[in-house]
Amino acid sequence: MSQHTQPVFDPSEVISFNDAMMEKITAVIKKFPEGKEKSALIRMLHIAQAEFGWVSVPAMNKIAEILSIQPVEVYEVASFYTMFHLQPVGKHVFEVCRTGPCALVGSDELISYIQDKLNIQVGETTEDGLFTLKTAECLGGCGYGPLLQCRNQYHEHLTPEKVDALIEQYKSGQIQ
Amino acid sequence: MKNRRLLLEHIDVPGIQGIEVYQKQGGYDTLTKALKNFSPDGIVEEVKKSGLRGRGGAGFPTGLKWSFLAKPEGVPRYLVCNADESEPGTFKDRYLMEKIPHILIEGMILSSYALGANTSYIYIRGEFMYILDILEKAIAEAHAKGFLGKNIQGSGFDHEIIVTPGGGAYICGEETALLESLEGKRGNPRIKPPFPAVKGLWGCPTVVNNVESIAAVVPIVREGGDAYANIGIGKSTGTKLISACGNLARPGVYEIELGVSVEEFMYGDDYCQGIANGKKLKACVPGGSSVPILPHFLVTKTANGEDRLMSYESLADGGFASGSMLGSGGFIVFDEDQCIVRNTWNFTRFYAHESCGQCSPCREGTGWMEKILYRLEHGQGNLRDIDLLEEMNKKIEGNTICPLGDAAAWPVAAAIRHFREEFEWHVNHAADAQKRNYGLIQQPVVA
Amino acid sequence: MKVTIDDIEIDVEPGTTILNAARKIGGDVVPPAMCYYSKLPGTGGKCRTCLVEVAAGSTADPRPMPKLVASCSTTVMDGMIVKNKTSQRVHDNRGGVVEFLLANHPLDCPICDQAGECHLQDLGYEHGSEKTRYEEVRRTFDPIDIGNKIKLHMNRCILCYRCVFVANQLTEKRVHGVMNRGEHAEISTYIENAIDNDFSGNMIDVCPVGALTDRTFRFKSRVWFLKPMEAECSCDKCCGKAVLWVFGNEVARITARKDTYGEVEDIDGKTGWLCNDCRFDKKDLTKWTVTGPRVINRHSVISQGKYATSIDKPIKRIG
Repeated sequence: MSQHTQPVFDPSEVISFNDAMMEKITAVIKKFPEGKEKSALIRMLHIAQAEFGWVSVPAMNKIAEILSIQPVEVYEVASFYTMFHLQPVGKHVFEVCRTGPCALVGSDELISYIQDKLNIQVGETTEDGLFTLKTAECLGGCGYGPLLQCRNQYHEHLTPEKVDALIEQYKSGQIQ
Repeated sequence: MKNRRLLLEHIDVPGIQGIEVYQKQGGYDTLTKALKNFSPDGIVEEVKKSGLRGRGGAGFPTGLKWSFLAKPEGVPRYLVCNADESEPGTFKDRYLMEKIPHILIEGMILSSYALGANTSYIYIRGEFMYILDILEKAIAEAHAKGFLGKNIQGSGFDHEIIVTPGGGAYICGEETALLESLEGKRGNPRIKPPFPAVKGLWGCPTVVNNVESIAAVVPIVREGGDAYANIGIGKSTGTKLISACGNLARPGVYEIELGVSVEEFMYGDDYCQGIANGKKLKACVPGGSSVPILPHFLVTKTANGEDRLMSYESLADGGFASGSMLGSGGFIVFDEDQCIVRNTWNFTRFYAHESCGQCSPCREGTGWMEKILYRLEHGQGNLRDIDLLEEMNKKIEGNTICPLGDAAAWPVAAAIRHFREEFEWHVNHAADAQKRNYGLIQQPVVA
Repeated sequence: MKVTIDDIEIDVEPGTTILNAARKIGGDVVPPAMCYYSKLPGTGGKCRTCLVEVAAGSTADPRPMPKLVASCSTTVMDGMIVKNKTSQRVHDNRGGVVEFLLANHPLDCPICDQAGECHLQDLGYEHGSEKTRYEEVRRTFDPIDIGNKIKLHMNRCILCYRCVFVANQLTEKRVHGVMNRGEHAEISTYIENAIDNDFSGNMIDVCPVGALTDRTFRFKSRVWFLKPMEAECSCDKCCGKAVLWVFGNEVARITARKDTYGEVEDIDGKTGWLCNDCRFDKKDLTKWTVTGPRVINRHSVISQGKYATSIDKPIKRIG
């Protein structure tokens, strides 16, 4: 039997957002009319993920507190959108597009190659915690595939050689 | 005749991303003139005259959509730009926003002036976060030059543009799901009516338009609605961005005058330059993954043997029996080595993944279809599965809250319609089907 | 406004939905509704079981509507002609919806607590096929407790969202909702959180299937072995008017009073929601004044052999 989605977390853990985050969050909330602050929610989740690498329950609780909404409203939204990692991930998350147009130009083979190269399956993280491999549905780069996204960057027209180089660049910190 | 470009005319000018260069190329002149010479309704009239049809996929006349906007006293109205480009095969809006963001900003201000909206929003898919930064920079530049803010160019018109990201959900390209998402909620499409024109963002009258539609308002106002309507063919007026991808020699974003022949677009030197690696054409999905697939013999010619053109009407010629749709302009080409069953499964997996799960035919139907197609592709299918898929399509299509149900059903229905043999081959020669692809299908001989 | 449903004409207020106009007529012209709940504003539109055919939009524009429309969320127009049971298209489509709803639903009514009063079971009888065509692996979840009174069995859920609306509209803090999306959507508290407030028990009453059940009653008896009695008590939290489901002298369970559509009835002009004290903690006949038998006017097994078929002619029988 499969289980209900349930995050692992310590209920007593409280997270605080640093000043830089709070500054961004305040600016985002200000963009929306009074009483419509909830519109900032998705961007706040992005801000939290950029800071912590993933979105934990305490982070979502903090967002709920800032917006004066129920925590479950944040969980509902965060679990709807696929960009948010609700479980811990590696330092760099490779999200490889697997949809039709990319599949026509070899995304399946690319995914296999990365799996072998990093010695992990889709959804897993390397032992050193550096890389997580995920697949994504259409990333909007159909003419430039196969491709992957890592944080805000697109890496397009990928070949095994380019993937090798990319992994090295991430490892060495050449790409942040 | 050399193809005319209205949106991408200056795309190759170095530095066009910035406002200085954009202005040197005549950028924001249209806005400045329009604020002096046109009333808001005057702009709506030009857009109506232009015959512009929504570039997001549905092809609904933009001017008409604008004219539906309710204008109750004391209630704000909003323009929302749909930059949630996620239809597989489509990447034109991303290209436009990344390369020439100011044409969108100028279009937003013009459109908002026409609609009487003092705030507008650009809802951009979360994956395009780097473009969000580009747009925010462009907005700041426009502010500094007095094209945004209070009393723009002394016209008395105030306007602000706010960019806000999604979080990864194709469904948010549906306009009411987009509005829900913009309000910070799950992207569940709303029950219509009421339509956004009456009750949209936060319950206020709202127009939601695609990026390309809004950008097209700039050349429409500059050239005049009639002049724009003279470009193109019939009711397919103006130019359209086509995202060409799949097994093409030169994939990419092309601006075409509507009415160019498919033959010219696919094989011409100015465009895609044919199938990659000298292969043969097997099939084509001409308008994004949701539209029906066409077998090779129906791509460049219609069932009547006429040349097929890149236009709303010609691509739809023959209805669903032998035609397709222009859709969002995501032109996906399949070479002879591609497997239709595998691709159909792939597309269905996409729709199952992207269904919001709100209404039962879509939630259960897309997941069910995906599982059947997975079995068919992996050599565990039965012939009755093919009939079941067909029947299920009819139960989903038209019966869901939003068009995602149709979008999921059509590709499967069309694939079975044109490539049934290939599906049956996957069942009857399962072992073979795991090793090689079926290849091309024969054109039926009409007696 | 005049509207014709299955050849029966009726006058309704502007703004009335097709479904509510049909309910005014009553009988079998009323489309089934799995998600719409008239007492919970905002519900409806999701399950697609109530889809009907509009053969003429209105007197002013008599064109037929090309698609079937959700009767729960489409308002009538003057002169509208609607087909429900008289439309083959509607019938076929409803069969399709039932098939979809049952695709991942366990087919184990004999061991489900909701059996006998399950709307999906009724719908399956009327529109379902004898055999499932679903050959895939079903989506499964372990049943979990959400608080000490309610069991959530997600396998049986049809995602009508009614319980979410109850939590939003009847309680102060909603702690459960819909997580994930598509076929992975689930009702959940996400974090292990008990749903604990005075009115949470109403979630059980609004659930059309066996997804949310009463932990104080589960597997105690089958509903058709029980005698439903109308009873009242004085309560400062709710209306105190309920139905006691009695076996001998024991109160097996307590529910709100529901109408023929399974919706909680209005009592003194207000929806007769029950508080958790009345529902769970007063299972004792001495705490209630029994006012008479409760007629369950449904076609399901509960009423089999117990009552006359019409609510107008209850058989006089107490206990």
